[in-house]
Amino acid sequence: MAATEQTIKQVNTLGSSDYKYGFSTEVDEIRPSKGLNEEIIKFISAQKDEPEWMLEWRLNAFKVFNKLPKPQWAKLNIPEIDYQDCYYYSIPKSLKDKPKSLDEIDPEILKTYEKLGIPLKEQKMLSGIAVDAVFDSVSVATTYKKQLSDLGIVFCSISEAVKTHPELVKKYLGSVIPVSDHSFAALNSAVFTDGSFIYIPEGVRCPVELSTYFRINAMNTGQFERTLIIADKDSYVSYLEGCTAPMRDENQLHAANVELVALDNAEIKYSTVQNWYPGDKEGKGGIYNFVTKRGACRGKNSKISWTQVETGSAITWKYPSCILQGDNSKGEFYSVAITNNMQQADTGTKMIHIGKNTSSKIISKGISAGKANNTYRGLVNILSKAKNARNFTQCDSLLIGNQCGAHTVPYIESSNSDSMVEHEATTSKINEDQLFYCQQRGLNSEDAVGLIVNGFCKEVLQHLPMEFAVEAQKLVAISLEGSVG
Amino acid sequence: MLEIKNLHVSIEEKKIIKGLDLSINKGEVHALMGPNGSGKSTLSYVLSGKDKYEINDGTIDYNGKNLLELDVDERANEGLFLAFQYPMEIPGVQTSFFLKTAINSKRKYLGQSEMDALEFAKLMKSKAEELNISTEMLKRDLNVNYSGGEKKKQEILQMSMLSPKMAILDETDSGLDIDALRIVSEGVNKLRNNDNSFLVITHYQRLLNYIKPDFVHIIADGKIVKSGDYSLALELEEKGYEEISQTA
Repeated sequence: MAATEQTIKQVNTLGSSDYKYGFSTEVDEIRPSKGLNEEIIKFISAQKDEPEWMLEWRLNAFKVFNKLPKPQWAKLNIPEIDYQDCYYYSIPKSLKDKPKSLDEIDPEILKTYEKLGIPLKEQKMLSGIAVDAVFDSVSVATTYKKQLSDLGIVFCSISEAVKTHPELVKKYLGSVIPVSDHSFAALNSAVFTDGSFIYIPEGVRCPVELSTYFRINAMNTGQFERTLIIADKDSYVSYLEGCTAPMRDENQLHAANVELVALDNAEIKYSTVQNWYPGDKEGKGGIYNFVTKRGACRGKNSKISWTQVETGSAITWKYPSCILQGDNSKGEFYSVAITNNMQQADTGTKMIHIGKNTSSKIISKGISAGKANNTYRGLVNILSKAKNARNFTQCDSLLIGNQCGAHTVPYIESSNSDSMVEHEATTSKINEDQLFYCQQRGLNSEDAVGLIVNGFCKEVLQHLPMEFAVEAQKLVAISLEGSVG
Repeated sequence: MLEIKNLHVSIEEKKIIKGLDLSINKGEVHALMGPNGSGKSTLSYVLSGKDKYEINDGTIDYNGKNLLELDVDERANEGLFLAFQYPMEIPGVQTSFFLKTAINSKRKYLGQSEMDALEFAKLMKSKAEELNISTEMLKRDLNVNYSGGEKKKQEILQMSMLSPKMAILDETDSGLDIDALRIVSEGVNKLRNNDNSFLVITHYQRLLNYIKPDFVHIIADGKIVKSGDYSLALELEEKGYEEISQTA
């Protein structure tokens, strides 16, 4: 059956479900056998033509992984994961020898991205946004490369950076998230496949949004994204990632490590719109999303801002954090997490204040519907040298229906009497009278919920880059379809 | 336009409306007056379709349709508008955005294309000016931190932008000072024409000095006990509900 036909058929059989990215693409894959062992790690490294030091780094991480227990702190019901029953590497055959131009890429893969709204061909490229597209374990193409390199900006896949910028990768990879941090971090370090690498040189303000679009396609395959962003002194970059996957009955694993480093006066703005397949209404299938994201504000006056819209995945386990080392550095975390049906999310942030006059801001909006559970878990840690540190935290939860749960678990540890920490939290149910009011003005019940929830999330959504804010608003509404009767 | 026959309504087993008949024709303004707890607001909620009210008996015909079979949003898009006694606050939703969403919901229902941004902005500006509503207010979140008077003006703005066939004003005069009352009433009067109808629910005759009704009905204990023309409102003001209800 031709791939397009197959795709159309699959889309048509989606039936009652509303997940519009649920199609899969039929391509011939290179995929070693299932299982996690040193051989597979060597295979991955060989496939990527990696230097010896990279392979050693991976093998060391695998040793660490074997010693670490699975993290247990989250309020999540995570089924036992059989790491031996999973594929760790899958790339479309046609991408084996990295295509030199888009003309050499399998048209089916290009079509996939077009369907996802991410055209890669020059004449259709999104204006103002440079995209790196990752398909299963490999980067397909990166747009605007030439224009960026004229400014000295490096934007490429991490696999490429290992070869072209080994000094930067060696220096920074694993410097923010140590291999031994926890078992998912170690696993990722051992088997990471692809992701983006960004270096912004001193004094450069990146003129376009840099973006990666992650797509899981192959069945039973884990995706181990590794992203590293370095903003040198006085530089600025805004980065956005999007994620989707086909609808499958089996659970799939996505364990990502993302490291950010901001030097003196540099600013990194990192936005995520996560829309992995969430599973069906009964909780069958969906992505397990175990993500470690951490940014180090190493330089003075540096700033890292995380914005995330988490609507997909069966399980989300994610705490984008900031280590505020430089004096006067700033960390921000803006989050919308929506769980519907049987989804579970345990997400939040850690703000570690080390330098003087460091400040952090946390705005978290959790929305639960159906039988879903949604937990905010956060740590604000002010160390003794962090004189005049400031934190403001606001956690709001909204419940739709009476079978869902919202939980807030804020930890505050302060070892400094000059510091000031504020925490506000609210939990509310969606108000029937508000819904009635909107419906009396002609909105149907789903539009009314979408409008009210978008209002609830506004403080977070307004931090997304303009181009994506509208999409995110639609996504918020779609994620809650069917949540009111 | 609207034909209510022998309506019986209860909420949580408590009977609120007990055999109400009311007929409103095109182009007419009816005032419904009555003491607290007489069933005035219940009637407005039943007409607009709020759940939790149980219809035990009776029929409501709206332009040839069985109103009770329509969903809340269908009734709204068929031109039935309720100006709320207590308009809801919607945090994070800009007033102008809400207005646009409402207008486009109706257009979609009627199979029309969305109103373009420029046309919408012009319409909103002219209607807001008529009601002395500043453009600054339209940028704020809907009804959030609005004064009581501002909320009521906002209701009338929404009404004039949606130009309903059948508008129900539920105690729109409560909480209004005399200037706001005049502005709101003028807004309503501008909308009056031969094709639309109004049901004005109020405690006081005061509002009816500004919005002159064609008919006045007095409701007590879930029934209309007396109907007449404008002079009935004056008589009521003089004698009070108790005396009027007894003589009925």
